[in-house]
Amino acid sequence: MSGPWCRVLEPHPRPETQELRPDVMKNPNSKKMPGQRIRRSAHILLLCAAIFALLGASDPATRFNEIGHQMMCICGCNQILLECNHVGCPASDGMRNELMASVTRGDSDSLVEQGFVQKYGPTVLAAPTTRGFDRAAYIIPFVALILGFGLIVLVIRTWKNRPVPAIADGLHPVRGIELEQFRDQARKDTDL
Amino acid sequence: MAEIGSFALLLALALSVYSFLAGIVALAFQNRPSSQLAGGTAGGRIASREESSVITTLRQGSERIGETARRAGIATFAAVLLASFVLVICAFRDDFSIAYILHHSNRDLPGPYKFAVLWSGQEGSLLFWSLLLSAYGFVLRLRYKADPRLFAYASVVLSGVQIFFLLLLNFAAHPFAIVQGTIPADGNGLNPLLQYPEMVIHPPMLYLGYVGFTIPFAFALGALIMKYPGEKWIHITRRWTMVTWAFLTCGVFLGAHWAYSVLGWGGYWGWDPVENASLMPWLTGTAFLHSVMMQEKRGMLKMWNMWLVFATFWLAILGTFLTRSGIISSVHAFAQSSIGDWFAWFLVITLVVFVFFFFKNKSHLRSEHKLESLVSRESSFLFNNLLFVLLCFTVLWGTWFPKISELVQGNKVTVGAPFYNRVAIPVALLLLILTAVGPLLAWRKTSLESLKRNFMWPAIGAIAIAIFLMITPQSWGSAFGLKPWKDISYLYSLMAIALSVLVTLTVASEFYRGGRVISKHTGQGMFASMVQLIHRNTRRYGGYIVHFGVVVVIIGFAGAAFNLDKEQEMGYGDKMTIGPYTLICRSYTDDDAPNYASEWAVLDVYKGGKQIDTMTPVRRFYKASRQTSTMPDIRSTLNEDLYIVFEGLNQDNGHPILKAHLNALVMWIWMGVWIMLIGTVLALIPNAPAPVRVPAPARLEPAHAGRAVTGD
Repeated sequence: MSGPWCRVLEPHPRPETQELRPDVMKNPNSKKMPGQRIRRSAHILLLCAAIFALLGASDPATRFNEIGHQMMCICGCNQILLECNHVGCPASDGMRNELMASVTRGDSDSLVEQGFVQKYGPTVLAAPTTRGFDRAAYIIPFVALILGFGLIVLVIRTWKNRPVPAIADGLHPVRGIELEQFRDQARKDTDL
Repeated sequence: MAEIGSFALLLALALSVYSFLAGIVALAFQNRPSSQLAGGTAGGRIASREESSVITTLRQGSERIGETARRAGIATFAAVLLASFVLVICAFRDDFSIAYILHHSNRDLPGPYKFAVLWSGQEGSLLFWSLLLSAYGFVLRLRYKADPRLFAYASVVLSGVQIFFLLLLNFAAHPFAIVQGTIPADGNGLNPLLQYPEMVIHPPMLYLGYVGFTIPFAFALGALIMKYPGEKWIHITRRWTMVTWAFLTCGVFLGAHWAYSVLGWGGYWGWDPVENASLMPWLTGTAFLHSVMMQEKRGMLKMWNMWLVFATFWLAILGTFLTRSGIISSVHAFAQSSIGDWFAWFLVITLVVFVFFFFKNKSHLRSEHKLESLVSRESSFLFNNLLFVLLCFTVLWGTWFPKISELVQGNKVTVGAPFYNRVAIPVALLLLILTAVGPLLAWRKTSLESLKRNFMWPAIGAIAIAIFLMITPQSWGSAFGLKPWKDISYLYSLMAIALSVLVTLTVASEFYRGGRVISKHTGQGMFASMVQLIHRNTRRYGGYIVHFGVVVVIIGFAGAAFNLDKEQEMGYGDKMTIGPYTLICRSYTDDDAPNYASEWAVLDVYKGGKQIDTMTPVRRFYKASRQTSTMPDIRSTLNEDLYIVFEGLNQDNGHPILKAHLNALVMWIWMGVWIMLIGTVLALIPNAPAPVRVPAPARLEPAHAGRAVTGD
């Protein structure tokens, strides 16, 4: 398996901070530096993610199923390749055989995809790739999500920091514990 | 007959135009200050008796004009109803001199489908749209006394939309166009895919939803134009929106059920542009139903709500534009034509009109927003709206991306289920978290302590269920033995189920807490207390039931990760095993009916060595249209659906080729929809009057005694 996960699995050199802190090395229960703890937690998380990803690397039948669900039948039915249900479909049987041959040969996922794209055109892929302009398909919704979250947090902060409207003379705003008590009472009375 | 239909359509157009223009004139005169009505002579001084008389006469005149506009709107309904009635009669009379009937019906078509011919093709469905719009307008104009001025504005907006559809029907897609030359003896027949019982009710429901969003839009635009004071318009609009939302929900899921039951690919949602088109207004409509509470309770989000109402209406029209224009390739290509240009212009015009009035009168929508805490229901509604709108944007983005890609890089790409699964599922899961937390948050401010107290047990329950689903053996059923590290889809499913449990438990705890309080006060049993609880605040508790329905649907969606399928050629006595089921081919044969010829297989279904059912998947060949269609046989249980499709015959030996799908938890989707609809109906029921509290004598006595002692 190639890609970023391999780098994660490479052994890491021992952090220098441990050389400088023999007390930490001797006593595992002693309090660790926050930076070290964060780094270690990050390593554990990455390792878990790597294991998670490697567990997905599977046998040819599973790969056939996975890749076959990432492609479209080109007969015009607009269905996922492995879901095309037309008997005598002019396209899907041949495409499935090609896919099975590629998977059995041990071609990587990207090689199989490239082969299909070259033969049938880019519309054979059921979703945009993560290369070139196609990346925009995935990036834009998440950018919108982040911007939206940021905007709402900003809006909430603005609304929260607005000054309390002035009230008539002689009236004192209720605050703190007293206000909470009134709130609880109001909720009990009305929250039905 | 065709002449009567054509005349009715022309009459409807004339009435709509009159209703629109007269409505504008009436409102213009009613809105003018007295000085202008009196010809500008009164400027600044007290009007003379003659001038007052002129003003009164003009005002009365404008009211009378307004009344004629209202009646013209009502008469439009009668005219469009007549046209629709004529088209249906023509279908039943096999009047193939009308091109629409020739292309969408045939003599042997069963009665219910002849009725459904009304919405089975381009022209008929536009007529049906127009009929529903005029029917909504009819109800609106009858109920005008609730607020005559606001209703008059809404009536004018409705007439404007109605004119567009009637222009289309009269000049671009005429349903009563006559066949030139020799009239064929029989029609081309209805598309086989549409010859299914649900197709008789799916389009009306969907259209009731699409068209219905015109009403909230009409009220919103009317309120914006007239600078409506107060929030009454939002109360009126909310009820209309809920009814419309229920119809659209019903329509969307009936469509999904139809796709599942007819198309024979084993799924219910293919992310086809036309499916997406129905989902987008549903998402913004749902966002509006939530954010409208902010306006009602706190007077906030007035501008945002205005945009949400407009976006919902606009997206409903955009959906129709997508269906009809052929601008984006879709499997629903049966209604492509040049009327896409008409829709494009209509979309532009409505956008311009709305934007113009929004910027002209937006100062009227300003409100003083003040939030006390981030941990409040207001905040949760803001995030809820963000996620709904973002989901809508994602669907819109995915739908248009092939076109955008073509413009930018010169080649089209496919945006199918894998894209939406990657992008939309995480957002939907976030939304589910909010659905769980939202009801526990109070308006203005919630203390973290109370949130922790109310949230802890549901969270523990959800985590416990997740662990249970992971450690149980797979042999227990599709959703058991879930190992999220095996596949990302399992992880999503596990998260969806756990979060659904979380929502269910928070909803249940809300019912329990409320029921317990009532039970304590009234001495009633828990169930009776809960019924009373719902009746006291139908909107809130109906809403919770809708939430529960949504999680049931989500659990059904989560089941898709465990689906299995298998394809096999089966001769007499051949076996196929899928999951816990064994299918044995007992027989296969064919049949002939007036409308179609059919081939079918008879399969005995065994589970655990015991025969539990016999299934008969069918494939039909429709004679008039010369098209084939599958009728899968589906055996539904709570755990899974056994779904068998007769794909065809092996041409060499005549054996049937069958495809079996084992679709997990699908029944939950349909059950969830029913629950959502029940919740919506409950939310529409008016609240029971608040109980009058009469102090009990037993409690008064000590109070009096206390006062006597303290001297109060």
